[in-house]
Amino acid sequence: MNITRRGLMAAASTAPLLMRASDALAQGITPRRGGILTTVLNPEPPVLQMGVNNQGPTLVAASKIFESLLTYSPTLEPIPMLAKSWTISEDGREYVFKLQENVKFHDGQPMTADDVVFSIMKFHMELAPRARTVFQNIDVCEAADPHTLRITLKKPFQPFLLMFDATACCIVPKHIFDGTDFRTNPVNARPIGTGPFKFTEWQRGNFIRLDRFDGYWKPNRPYLDAIIYRIVPDSQSRRLALETGQVLLTQANDIEPFDVPQLRARPNLTVETKGWEYMSPLSWMEINHRVGPLGDPRVRKAMSMAIDRNFIVNRLWFGVGKAATGPISSTTRFYDPNVKLAPFDVRAANQLLDAAGLKPNAQGVRATLKHLMLPYGEIWTRLSEYLRQSMRQIGIQLEMESTDAGGWSRRIGAWEYETSINFLYQLGDPTLGVERSYVSNNIQKVTFTNTGGYANPKVDELFFAARDAADAPTRQRHFTEVTKILVEEVPQIWLMELTFPTIYDKKLHNVITTGTGVHTGFDDMFLAS
Amino acid sequence: MRDFWRRFRRNKGAVVGLLILVLVILLAATAPWLFPGSPWDMAAAPFMPPGEMDMLLGSDSLGRDVAAGIAHGARISLLVGAVSTVAALCIGVSLGAIAGYLGGVADDAVMRFTEFFQTIPSFVLAILLVAIFTPSIISVVFAIAIVSWPPVARVVRAEFLSLRSREFVQAAEVLGKTRLAIVLGDILPNALSPIIVLSSLMVASAILLESALSFLGLGDPNLMTWGFLIGAGRSVIRLAWWMSVFPGLAIFLTVLALNLVGEGLSDALNPRLARQRGGAA
Repeated sequence: MNITRRGLMAAASTAPLLMRASDALAQGITPRRGGILTTVLNPEPPVLQMGVNNQGPTLVAASKIFESLLTYSPTLEPIPMLAKSWTISEDGREYVFKLQENVKFHDGQPMTADDVVFSIMKFHMELAPRARTVFQNIDVCEAADPHTLRITLKKPFQPFLLMFDATACCIVPKHIFDGTDFRTNPVNARPIGTGPFKFTEWQRGNFIRLDRFDGYWKPNRPYLDAIIYRIVPDSQSRRLALETGQVLLTQANDIEPFDVPQLRARPNLTVETKGWEYMSPLSWMEINHRVGPLGDPRVRKAMSMAIDRNFIVNRLWFGVGKAATGPISSTTRFYDPNVKLAPFDVRAANQLLDAAGLKPNAQGVRATLKHLMLPYGEIWTRLSEYLRQSMRQIGIQLEMESTDAGGWSRRIGAWEYETSINFLYQLGDPTLGVERSYVSNNIQKVTFTNTGGYANPKVDELFFAARDAADAPTRQRHFTEVTKILVEEVPQIWLMELTFPTIYDKKLHNVITTGTGVHTGFDDMFLAS
Repeated sequence: MRDFWRRFRRNKGAVVGLLILVLVILLAATAPWLFPGSPWDMAAAPFMPPGEMDMLLGSDSLGRDVAAGIAHGARISLLVGAVSTVAALCIGVSLGAIAGYLGGVADDAVMRFTEFFQTIPSFVLAILLVAIFTPSIISVVFAIAIVSWPPVARVVRAEFLSLRSREFVQAAEVLGKTRLAIVLGDILPNALSPIIVLSSLMVASAILLESALSFLGLGDPNLMTWGFLIGAGRSVIRLAWWMSVFPGLAIFLTVLALNLVGEGLSDALNPRLARQRGGAA
């Protein structure tokens, strides 16, 4: 890869933006200034300062307040945001970002390269474990001038550009945070960013109001006057609010999958499942390899073969999502459609267990395992119940254990489980979002690491080779290779590529325009009259 | 005994209640034969309305038979109702007996302790207990027993207070019987009728409590219960009404039956009261 090709890529990536604008015009709808978007948020986030808290609801609401250097198309090509252009040196180590010049924070102070350096090297480095693992590789990060940022890496890191989404590395004001304790800074209660909407009011348990930021750097944007996030804890009330037009948009987990078919049928609503390409959450049956028979790859493979993933997608999730084919989601880069998990086949699964020496006792039970249910709502309980029945077919008895969200996270992190359900974001690139669950140097007593304890030197080697390789074809080769091993050894029993329905009133335009969907700033969203 | 049955029969509602209750117990007893296999088995396509695909009461979101769930759920509901009531009676009767028989400081201490439990909203306390001890059948029974003993203690104390100064108790004391023998042999048998009436109502409220806990997802996740069925059906009620309506009916009928039987028992055990009520009607 040389500079000019990269430059071209950057230029080409602006094309989708222009195309979208012309699409809207072609439909005869001119964007209209004004109007308030009422939507919902669930559960209520503890705080809206990204970095301090990176849970789902925080990211949804705070991505209107904060921005980062880039955003991404549905195929994960970078699109300019606070960085208007960038170049990458031939050896893949030096990144130079040209920043937008008239960007202001909500308190009126201008945003410069100093703020970006501070955000990367201090703020996210200290607060976000995920950012830290990538940013540790930064050798020099400096402001060449107020609007030019130069980053030199210790060694090439191809997925580096994927780290500059608002949800991964939002730009925060240096003049407010520098020298303070980031976690307890009083400004966290009234976050200040550069986004199209500024924080105005938060009535706990009731609503969060964000108002149009008049000093926003894109001229004449945003179109909307305000966004109101209503806190509605009950899923049926959220559905009702959407149906009656009290709210115009729902996202993420707001609407239960079983409500989606009926909402699809309503003429005034659009159901969109795009917009999760960057996150690409993949769900799996979480396996603790330290527990009895689960250390045997044949047992795990047999368990995987006993699960009808199409039933899960079509019956439990009502078609919202896709059956998983392996550790890498089909919307993540370097997915290889030719490498697939062994198909659903209960008889073959039973034979495999016989071959593995896991014989049934008089009651037909080969093994009894505990199953820690994921406490994220009803659908996950149903999934656990489905898994229990699937495992019964091959003589494995699952005993359910229920817990709350905190208990679940603690027990997964402490390896105190036998089986469970988990889902992780893939973040665009296997090195960023897949590797962490399978490499042996990430076996940690921390949630969302390789908590299962899977270790295979060959897998480690391939993931690290893919991490360090500078060009895409080499990386593809390594990832295909490692995927082939993983679908045979099934370290975790992948179930489903999740997508969450974004459901909105047809009056609302430009809702899902990027690969990060509802996690963009909504500056181009407008309400038709 | 025959007298008792005659008085009980006089209350038509109680007879109907008893009939329903017997049917529910029969259903629970025969569930493994009526619906062999596990109630969790996915026997049909999901969301089949009642009557289709051999599903008398329809199937749920995973294709499980709702009728099988109700039959097997009856076992758990009745079991929880009975066991937790027995446990609550043990606590309530012993504390009430101590307070009522000993009086004085012991009475004060026990009653303050009872009031302490009575001032805490019982359902909230039950949720808290189950959440702390992680949901399982044992923690559910324990929680229900803990929140339902105070009324028993109060009733037993009141009975004991009035009985302990009667002549037959004084006679027993003069005869040199131990306190324990007096309490168990002389006073308790005479205080039984209000306890029996109360306990039939307690079984009803225990079933309701268990259902409410299961409804909130705090039931034993390995056991099919009525509350679980309603909880699982609630969110899809507009898609599959049968998933919550039938188990709801089961709870309603059982609790109603227990209440009717309780009233019948009260009539039968307090003939004077019943006659007065009969006269007024």
